[in-house]
Amino acid sequence: MIDARGYACPMPVVMVQKAVKKDGPEALEVLVDNQCAVENVSRFAGNNGYAVEVRPAEDDEFSLLLKKRQ
Amino acid sequence: MKKINWLMIATGAVVGLAALILSLGGNPGNMGFCIACFLRDIAGGLGLHSAGKVQYIRPEIIGLVLGAMLMAMAGKEFKARAGSVPALRFVLGGLVMMGALAFLGCPLRMVIRLGGGDVTAIAGLLGFIAGIFCGVLCLKQGFSLGRAYKVKKAEGFVLPGIMAALLVLLLAAPAFLKFSQEGPGSVHAFWLVSLAAGLVVGALAQKSRLCMAGGIRDVFLFRDFNLISGFITIFVVVLVGNVILNGFHPAAAVQPIAHHDYLWSFLGMMVAGWGSVLLGGCPLRQLILAGEGNGDSAVTVLGMIVGAAISHNFGMAGNADAMKDGVFTAGGVAMAGRVGIMIGLVMLLVISVANLHKEEKAK
Repeated sequence: MIDARGYACPMPVVMVQKAVKKDGPEALEVLVDNQCAVENVSRFAGNNGYAVEVRPAEDDEFSLLLKKRQ
Repeated sequence: MKKINWLMIATGAVVGLAALILSLGGNPGNMGFCIACFLRDIAGGLGLHSAGKVQYIRPEIIGLVLGAMLMAMAGKEFKARAGSVPALRFVLGGLVMMGALAFLGCPLRMVIRLGGGDVTAIAGLLGFIAGIFCGVLCLKQGFSLGRAYKVKKAEGFVLPGIMAALLVLLLAAPAFLKFSQEGPGSVHAFWLVSLAAGLVVGALAQKSRLCMAGGIRDVFLFRDFNLISGFITIFVVVLVGNVILNGFHPAAAVQPIAHHDYLWSFLGMMVAGWGSVLLGGCPLRQLILAGEGNGDSAVTVLGMIVGAAISHNFGMAGNADAMKDGVFTAGGVAMAGRVGIMIGLVMLLVISVANLHKEEKAK
């Protein structure tokens, strides 16, 4: 899981990029706390072979579930 | 297949059109919008520097912040956040400003200058790209300014509040302010037109996340062309508009408020580009984020205003080329500005290295 709460863009995407490049995980959960990060991480994931499920969490936070597309 | 972000294209088009309208309406040539120049004018209007030619409270800046705030509130995105190394951001804001003012324009004005046929701005563009490249290398090495935290809502209203106060001063108590009698600061569109343009652009930029530095950064970093599509649209709209309006004069000599000191334009915008990537966004984006309630960006904007004042107080800002009665006087960056830019580059290197973090451990 990547906890990118509190980080301004592009940091959440950079953190996801590093994790994807390192291990290419099948699934990855990313926590963010702003709409901009939701959009940017989703776009990055979409461009890099991942499907994204956005789940709003408590307190204006979001949990993004990235799953590798087959 | 990557999707085209039409909101981004529309924002770029509106920014380009607004820049053309503001120049037609009275703003200086190729300066419909310029965040660096306008913050510098505000610094002058408040008496923070005494460069008599660049003093005015630019309503565009007020509009950008308030427009972003209103749009963020309407979209439930207004969130008070702060606490990500504010002092360092203040310094970085000042450095970005010093670099941009040596070149004579923020990244947005750089694009507007290019669209007006100002060939000298190419040096700035190349420097900006080089600076962004340095910043991207830092990000890849683990550079981060760290997390921000939720804070009380009042923090989010600090910069919008300051902007509202400036508007009140401008309209109700101009005697407290300084106004240029000549030079770029004396040349401006009617305040309501400027304010309206700022409000519209601020609102759209908030929604689309337009960022001049982010566009090139994302191409380097993620091969993502979303943000740069706005950057390119601004250029195309300004270029086409200038051609239609007969304002396109491709040349290197005597462009409006520009100089042909290429090396120092390059290095000045390198400072601006590098600093913008470290900050997470260009000067325009900092205004928008501050409007969304980001206290760190508000501090950055205050740093930019102080940086502008220091730039002018120390004679570090660029001087424009001039043509008067057929006599050409070359402008450029004076020794103080050159020293400032070199110090700026060294400081960016030190700040970059000092904020490298080992990889965040995945939990």
